[in-house]
Amino acid sequence: MWEYTEKVKEHFLNPRNVGEVENPDGVAEVGSIACGDALKLSFKLDENKRIKDIKFKTFGCASAIATSSALTEMVKGMTLEEAMKVTNQDIAAYLGGLPQEKMHCSVMGKQAMEKAIEHYRGGPPTEPAAQIICECFGVTEREIEQAVKENNLSTVEEVTNYTKAGGGCGGCHDAIRQIIERVRAETAPAARPKLSNIQKIKMIEEIIDLEIRPSLKKDGGDIELVDVIGNRVLVATRGTCATCKAADITLKHFVELKLRDFVSPELVIEEVTP
Amino acid sequence: MKTIYLDNNATTQVAEEVLDAMLPYFRDLYGNPSSMHTFGGQVGRKIREAREQAAALIGAGPEEIIFTSCGTESDNAAIRSALAAHPDKRHVLTSRVEHPAVKSLCNHLSRQGYRITELPVDKDGILDMTQYERALTPDTAVVSLMWANNETGVLFPVEKAAELAKERGILFHTDAVQAVGKIPINMKATSIDMLSISGHKLHAPKGIGIFYVRKGTRFSPFLIGGHQENGRRGGTENTPGIIGLGKACELAARNMDTENRMVPRLRDKLEAEILTRIPNSRVNGTRLYRLPNTTNISFGFIEGEAILLLMDDYGICASSGSACTSGSLQPSHVLRAMGVPFTMAHGSIRFSFSIYNTEDEVDFVIEKLPPIIERLRSMSPYWNAGDQVCSVQ
Repeated sequence: MWEYTEKVKEHFLNPRNVGEVENPDGVAEVGSIACGDALKLSFKLDENKRIKDIKFKTFGCASAIATSSALTEMVKGMTLEEAMKVTNQDIAAYLGGLPQEKMHCSVMGKQAMEKAIEHYRGGPPTEPAAQIICECFGVTEREIEQAVKENNLSTVEEVTNYTKAGGGCGGCHDAIRQIIERVRAETAPAARPKLSNIQKIKMIEEIIDLEIRPSLKKDGGDIELVDVIGNRVLVATRGTCATCKAADITLKHFVELKLRDFVSPELVIEEVTP
Repeated sequence: MKTIYLDNNATTQVAEEVLDAMLPYFRDLYGNPSSMHTFGGQVGRKIREAREQAAALIGAGPEEIIFTSCGTESDNAAIRSALAAHPDKRHVLTSRVEHPAVKSLCNHLSRQGYRITELPVDKDGILDMTQYERALTPDTAVVSLMWANNETGVLFPVEKAAELAKERGILFHTDAVQAVGKIPINMKATSIDMLSISGHKLHAPKGIGIFYVRKGTRFSPFLIGGHQENGRRGGTENTPGIIGLGKACELAARNMDTENRMVPRLRDKLEAEILTRIPNSRVNGTRLYRLPNTTNISFGFIEGEAILLLMDDYGICASSGSACTSGSLQPSHVLRAMGVPFTMAHGSIRFSFSIYNTEDEVDFVIEKLPPIIERLRSMSPYWNAGDQVCSVQ
């Protein structure tokens, strides 16, 4: 038996806003009967462009019905911009939490809301180029990316709990793993621990020694670290570099890039004349 | 609130007589049956009696009964013993609708290099015997087919299947966890080599099972340890469990007639009323070869967990084959193997009876269920109340 909160049970037993709005401004249907849950959402706006009426019809388990009911209560009275910002985490939190395996119900609510707003705005109902990753449940790459981003997911199992992707034959697990890695690499570039000044200076010296100086020396040049002030790295050029016309380019496109790669992406190189 | 327990394929209540038989062996008669003293020895005598009671229920000899901890242990012991007895054979023949105790074990074995054949079933859950016969090969070490399906109650012709295996010198195991105690079984009249029983499915407690091994069958123990169970299953005996299960077997033999007259009458009444009162409902699995206590009914365009929770509000206990209740995201493997359409599979409910159920309980469910189904359908985007057909295909 699932551990549902009292609020989930209450919304399941007494769901709010069941049905379909007459002459709706926006409608959307997500999920399918094969997937085991589906949600049809319709809303109407008032003269101030706020959601006046919103109703749902849901095929699915208790938490699917409860999240649909919760969503409609949450967004009533909101502008579409505000409703767009409601995340699946917000819906789950409103209900006092959902079992991990049922988080996909909250994602379904969020998706239906987005899609209904897109429909109102006249946008394409689904992206034509949306690539299906999970064939069993028809989950697209974009849906997985979004779930990983918004919920900070790191394993295939978590992705399955939130989107259902990978919950069938399991043939897409590798693809999901790749998406997780990609999204996490994109969203967490500052994953490096924050450096103290001393650490930063030591690392800069080390990188100059190991990665930069050997290349410069090949051309008879050299570089010297003068000071580090915040993210400003003050250096002086030596040898052929000191007289080379292209030294600026070397500093910006080689030295700075190396230091940004290895030490911190915020570093800026400045040349000082001693 | 009164509990209306219609989930007897999940587990059963311990019979009053069974509990009474067990209690002294927790408190006063706690001796070890292997001990030399009278205090322990008297427990040993009681275990012999339990073994005879169990053997009598299935027409076996007491020396063919090995007490285990559960049905899963018995299944594991049987299949692994058969493979150990025939190290040269690498093929296991089973079906797509087995209980996880057999199914997961076979998946595990396939990763270890065994070849597993899972026979399909038709839309009624029936096995194709021609296909079965063709799948028996010289490389087949063991066949494992369930006697009765836990989800639908559909019976496999295991006696016939065992004959065909025997003709080819292939060991035959059946998971009879759902069948024993519900239908008459006489091992003397069959060629089945190994059979699994679970105590808590027939009004004994959880934590006790039986592994039947026909006399003369090549055997290799699963649990290696002391000399208990004639060295075929090590570990100090679960004495209260064994004594309780013995009593439960005696009761089952005595109640077999009731089980096969009264219980199906209740089941059939519930089934008929539901099918009449609730549109777009259907029974999963053949009704011709089926346990007397089980019905599996699908309600189109709604989801099983929601049905269960609304029934739970009235104290009605049942099970569902829907994805949401299985812990996975797909509906039950049994219903999928039978090709039950998704519109129906997600809304499947299993009602399973015991001799302790009453007609009043059935009437209560008949009264409460139709409004529950209607309520969920009124919320379903796929249900059009007006024409009672679905809006999608």
